[in-house]
Amino acid sequence: MPEARGKIRVTCTVNGKAMKFSAFPMERLLDVLREQIGLTGTKEGCGEGECGACSVLLDSKLVNSCLVPAAQVEGAEIRTIEGLATGEQLHAVQECFITHGGAQCGICTPGMILAAVNLLERNPQPAEADIREALAGNLCRCTGYTKIFESVVRACEARSGKS
Amino acid sequence: MRSFLPAYALETPRDLAATLDRLAGEPGEWQPFAGGTDLMVLLEAGKLTHRRFLNIWGLRELLGIREDSDFVTLGALTTYTDILRWPKMQHEFPLLCRAARETGGIATQNRGTLGGNIANASPAADSPPALLAYDAELELVSARGPRWVPYRNFHSGYKKMDLRPDELIARIRLPRRAQGGKQYYRKVGTRKAQAISKVCFAGTAHIEHKRIVDIRIALASVAAFPFRAAKTEAVLRGCDLGEESIHAAQQELAREIAPIDDMRSSARYRLRIAQNLLEDFLTDCSAAH
Repeated sequence: MPEARGKIRVTCTVNGKAMKFSAFPMERLLDVLREQIGLTGTKEGCGEGECGACSVLLDSKLVNSCLVPAAQVEGAEIRTIEGLATGEQLHAVQECFITHGGAQCGICTPGMILAAVNLLERNPQPAEADIREALAGNLCRCTGYTKIFESVVRACEARSGKS
Repeated sequence: MRSFLPAYALETPRDLAATLDRLAGEPGEWQPFAGGTDLMVLLEAGKLTHRRFLNIWGLRELLGIREDSDFVTLGALTTYTDILRWPKMQHEFPLLCRAARETGGIATQNRGTLGGNIANASPAADSPPALLAYDAELELVSARGPRWVPYRNFHSGYKKMDLRPDELIARIRLPRRAQGGKQYYRKVGTRKAQAISKVCFAGTAHIEHKRIVDIRIALASVAAFPFRAAKTEAVLRGCDLGEESIHAAQQELAREIAPIDDMRSSARYRLRIAQNLLEDFLTDCSAAH
């Protein structure tokens, strides 16, 4: 049995709330969110940074939470899919995924939505090529991407008052 | 099989000096851990054999992009996103921007670092061909002090590099002189994002009246490490651009590279593609004149 080392205490903010947890330093942020904090909206797909299902926003940057060790979120601000809605009011991107059929099985959806929200925060009026590039790290095996892409286009329009 | 997490240490030194002291105090015991986009993949697959890491993510001394009249100098923790957002990068070093844009997706570009890409020493890394084509230099630091090395001499075999156990890559600098002229970058993979290359090619050339005054060619995924095709460059340097010189260069390139069969491609395909990319680059050079 390899030599065992202890857990560390980590303080961070998750969806606006201050959080403290204990974890092994190499423990994946994905597992901390799902298994310790109870935020199971973040999904695990490949577990190797290829599929984007576990995407969260870490200090306003899109990251794969399967590739972020607990030791690197000390003091960080984390947003997950659960943190997007304001009370009962869904985020415009969430609304558009519902109304335009952007979700099927749902495993890629939280990551896809966070990638889209992150794009709109960086670039409120993206070109179609920007949208495709922003979603290129998120894989979907159901929709064929067209409806996801359309949902994001509609969300952009809704936010700029075109719809 | 997943790794046994309690077996791994990831400690966060307070600054660069403390990091270098740890590396020097127990040589070979500790390895740097930056954005985690390679190491966490190995961890999840149960293949991370090293156990003790120093968390250097966020170390102030290794951040930032600076310029002076001779060099643009990038801290080793510069991410692909940082590269793409630096205002002059696209104009001065477009090949590095291409490499950054085609590495992973946005989430990987936000965490992956230039220093990490170099130290991970993958034969298929995307930024090294661009860095090699720009004649990049690396600053390696240790408790004994810093030293600069030309990047083209840094890799010497599969995952073998000129980096001592107490050393860390601190900065990467790109000479600003004569980077103009023709520049070419092409990554051939299964798709634009999230793919690992089958062949990656970067080239710069200075052409005067069809004569190749200077040329630099670098490739990844066709040898045990990313490298400068110095022999192919030598065949071309001083020649006139044309079918004859292109053919001679393609023949030399075939002797100079050592592609292999693996899950991503075959040796035969890689050889053919490397030669085609060389032709495409040289044809572009001709068209520009």
